[in-house]
Amino acid sequence: MKLDEFFVTGDPLIYGADVSIALTLIGAIFVLTYFKKWKWLWTEWLTTVDHKKLGVMYIIAAVLMLFRGGVDALLMRAQLTVPDSSFLDANHYNEIFTTHGTIMIIFMAMPFLIGLINVVVPLQIGARDVAYPFLNAVSFWTFFMGAMLFNISFVIGGSPSAGWTSYVPLAGLELSPGVGQNYYLLGLQIAGIGTLLTGINFLVTILKMRVPSMKLMQMPMFTWSSLITMVIIIFAFPVLTVALALMTFDRLFGSHFFTMMDGGMPMLWANLFWIWGHPEVYIVILPAFGMFSEIISTFARKTLFGYKAMVYSMVVIAGLSFLVWVHHFFTMGAGGAVNSFFSITTMLIAVPTGVKIFNWLFTLYKGRIRFTTAMLWSLAFIPNFVIGGVTGVMLAMAAADYQYHNTYFLVAHFHYVLISGTVYACFAGLYFWYPKMFNHRLNERLGKWSFWIFVAGFNLCFFPMYFLGLAGMPRRIYTYGIGDGWMSLNVLATFGGVLMGIGFLILVYNIYYSFRYSPRETTGDPWDARTLEWSTPAPVPHYNFAHLPEAKGHDAFWIMKEEKKQGKAPEKKPYKPIHMPSYSGVPIIMSVFFFIAGFGMVFSWHWMSILGLIGVLATMVIRSFDYDKGFYVSVEEIEETEKKTTL
Amino acid sequence: MESVEYSPNTPLEYQSETGRLNILGFWVFLGAEIALFSTLFATYLVLVGRTGGGPGPEELFELKGVLIETFLLLTSSFTCGLAIHYMRNHSLKGVFLWIGVTLALGLGFLGFEIYEFVHYIHEGAALTTSAYWSGFFVLVGTHGAHVTMGIAWISLILIQLKQRGLTPDTTRKVFISSLYWHFLDVVWIFIFTAVYLYGMVM
Ligand code: HEM
Ligand SMILES: [Cu+2]
Repeated sequence: MKLDEFFVTGDPLIYGADVSIALTLIGAIFVLTYFKKWKWLWTEWLTTVDHKKLGVMYIIAAVLMLFRGGVDALLMRAQLTVPDSSFLDANHYNEIFTTHGTIMIIFMAMPFLIGLINVVVPLQIGARDVAYPFLNAVSFWTFFMGAMLFNISFVIGGSPSAGWTSYVPLAGLELSPGVGQNYYLLGLQIAGIGTLLTGINFLVTILKMRVPSMKLMQMPMFTWSSLITMVIIIFAFPVLTVALALMTFDRLFGSHFFTMMDGGMPMLWANLFWIWGHPEVYIVILPAFGMFSEIISTFARKTLFGYKAMVYSMVVIAGLSFLVWVHHFFTMGAGGAVNSFFSITTMLIAVPTGVKIFNWLFTLYKGRIRFTTAMLWSLAFIPNFVIGGVTGVMLAMAAADYQYHNTYFLVAHFHYVLISGTVYACFAGLYFWYPKMFNHRLNERLGKWSFWIFVAGFNLCFFPMYFLGLAGMPRRIYTYGIGDGWMSLNVLATFGGVLMGIGFLILVYNIYYSFRYSPRETTGDPWDARTLEWSTPAPVPHYNFAHLPEAKGHDAFWIMKEEKKQGKAPEKKPYKPIHMPSYSGVPIIMSVFFFIAGFGMVFSWHWMSILGLIGVLATMVIRSFDYDKGFYVSVEEIEETEKKTTL
Repeated sequence: MESVEYSPNTPLEYQSETGRLNILGFWVFLGAEIALFSTLFATYLVLVGRTGGGPGPEELFELKGVLIETFLLLTSSFTCGLAIHYMRNHSLKGVFLWIGVTLALGLGFLGFEIYEFVHYIHEGAALTTSAYWSGFFVLVGTHGAHVTMGIAWISLILIQLKQRGLTPDTTRKVFISSLYWHFLDVVWIFIFTAVYLYGMVM
C-alpha cells in the first residue's frame, strides 16, 4: 500500500482536518508537559475506576463526538441548501451521512447517556461504587478506542459510505472495496464490548448494590429506566456482535453470509441489523425518559405521577422493542401477513409511550413549576416528542410506509424522536447534574439563550423535512434539480441547522464561562431535589457516602429533608473504615491493544492484528493473576473530608 | 462486610461479597452468551440448504466422529461437576484430579473437532464454499473457540490454585469457570441436534 492510499488525499476539507488534528495533538502534549500534568492525568484519570470520573470522561467524549457529528450535519446541510450544488461530491456526501449517523447513535447518544448513568445511578441508590469498578473502566476505554478507530477513518484510509445501516450488497466487498467499511465493522465491534459490559455491570449494580432499605418499587425513575435499558443491552448487543462478525468474515475471509453468490442472503443482514437496531433506539430513549421524570418531578415540586404505570410501561416497551424490527423494511418484500403483524406490534408501542406522556403532564398539573434550563429542555421535549411519535405511528402502517419509506419524512421522524428525546435529555441532564459533577452550576442565562436558539433551530430544521418527504424528496441523495421544487424548504432547514449549531456553541461557551465565573456550590442540593444523589455533600467525596443513607420510600431524600424540618435529625454515628477498589492501568492498556488489533484488521495486516490480540490476552492474564483487594479509607481521612465538604 | 460469620454450609465461593457479585454477574453474562449463540443458530438454520452447488452436509457428516466428540464433552461436564464436589469438600487433590481429567477430555474434543474440520476442507467444504458452510463453520467454530478459551482460562486458574490453595477467591474462579464449561456443554447438545442430526436426516 502506498502512502497516498494510506492517508486520504486530494480534498481541502480533509487537509484542514489533518492540520487541526495535528495542532490539537501538539497543543495537548505541550500543555500537559508544560504544566507537568502527565502524572496527574495518568494517576487521577486514565487509571481511574471511580464511576463519577468515568462518567465525566464518557460525557466529555460524547460532547466531542457531538461536535464531530454536528460538523458532518452542517456539511450535509450546506450541500443540500441549493439545487445542483457542487460543494461535496457524491462519494464524499455518502461518507458524511454514514459517519454522521453512526457517530451520533453509537459514539454520542449512548456514551452521553451511559456517562450520566455512571455519575448518577450509584449515587441514587446509595452505593459507593458499581458492582465491578474494574470492568467499568474496561467499558469506557473500549468504547473510547472503538470511537477513535472509527473516527480516524476519514484521514487514514477513507470513511465508510454505505450508511449507518450498512445494507449489503452495497456494504459488501464488490461495491465497497476500500477499508472504510472495515472501520465501521471493527470500530463498532470494539465499542460494543464496552456496551455489553456496561449492561451487565449496571444490571448487577442496581439489583445488588442498593442500600438495603431501598425496595425495587422505591427506586428513582432514572434508576428504573437504566435497569430496563441494561436488560435490553444484554439481549440486543450480542446480536450486533454476531452481525458485525459475520460481515467481517465476508469481507476479510471470503465467507458467504450476505453475498449475492453461493447461497448468501443479503436480507439476513437487514434482519440481524434491525433485531439489534430497533432495541437500540430504545436503549437511547429509555434513560432519557428516566431523566425527564426526575427533572419534571423536581421542578414541579411534586412526586412523579403514576410511578407504577411508568415502570410497567417501560417494561412493556422493552419487551415490544424486540418484536417490531421488520417495520424498517416493510418495502423489501416480506408479504402481507408478516407486514401486518409487525405493523400492529409497532403501533402497540405507542400505547405505553402515550401513558408516559400523560404521566408527565399530570406531574406538571398543579405543580409549582420553576423554569430552570433543565426544566425548559424537559418541557420542550413533550410536544416535540409527540410529533415524532405520531409520525412514527404513521410510518408504522405498512401500506402507507411505501410512500414515506426512504424519504425525508422518515428523516424528520427519527430526528424528532432522537433529538427532542435523547439530545434534549442529555442537555437537561447535563444542566441538572452538573453541580454534582463539577461543584458549580452552568449559567442559567446563557443556558436559556442556548435552549431557545437550539429548540427554534431544531423545529425549523426538521419540521420542513416532513413536507419535503411528502413532496417526494428521497433521503441520502447528495443533490437535486431546481425543477424538483424542494429548494425553499431546504433553505429553511439549513437555516435551522445553523441555529442548532449556534445553540450548541453557546452551551460549550457556557461550560467555559461557568467554570470561570459561577459561584462554587455551598450545598449538595442546589435544586431542592428529591432523590439520594442530592444528599451527598459538595464536592462528592470519592467514597460517595460516609454513612450509607436510609431510603424510607419514594423520593428518599425528600423524606429525609421533611423529617429534618420536623426536628428528627438522624443521630450522629461514628464513622467506619470504607472499602474502596484500587485504580488500575490495565483497562486502558488492554483497550489500546484492542485498537491495534482492530487497526490491523481494517488494513488486513494480519501480523498487526495478531500482535494486538496477543496484547489483549496478555493483559487479561495479568488481570487474572492480580489479587489486589482494594484499600480501606481510614476514619481520619473520612473525618477530614467530611469537614471540608458542606452539606 | 467481610467479617460476617457464615454457616459452615456456605460454600467458600459464596462467602465474600465479591464472590456473590461475580457469580451473579457471570450468570448474566451467560444470558448474553445465550443471545449470541441463538443468533448464530438462527443464522445457521436460515442458511440450511443454501449450498450453492457445493457439497451438502448429508454427504460429509459422519456419525462416528460426532458421537465421540459428544461423548468426550458430555463426560467432561460430569468430571467438571465432580471437581466442584471435591472443592466443596475442601479436597484440593480431588479438584486437581478432576479438573485435569476435564481439561484432557476438552482437549480430546478439540482434537477430534479440528480433525473433522480439516477433513471437510479436504472434501471441498470450507468457510468460503457456500453460505451453508459459512454458517456451519462459524457456528461450530465459535463453540470450539469458546472451548479453547475455556481450556486456557481453567489452566490459568489451576496455576493459581497451586499457588494459593482453596480460598474464597480461587474457589470463586473455579466455580465460575465450571458454569462456563457446563454452558458450553449445553450449547453442544443443541449443535449436535440442530446441526448434525438434522443435517444427516436432511
Ligand atoms: C411511537 C413510537 C415509534 C414508532 C411507532 C416508530 C415507528 C418507526 C417506523 C415504522 C420506522 C421505519 C420507517 C421506514 O423506514 O420507512 C421508524 C424509523 C426509525 N425510528 Fe421510529 N418509531 C417510534 C419511536 C422511535 C424512537 C423513540 C426512536 C429513537 C429514539 C426512533 C428512531 C427511529 C430511527 C433512528 C429510525 C430510522 C432508522 C433508519 O432507517 O436509518 N423511533 N420508526
Ligand atoms: Cu424501529
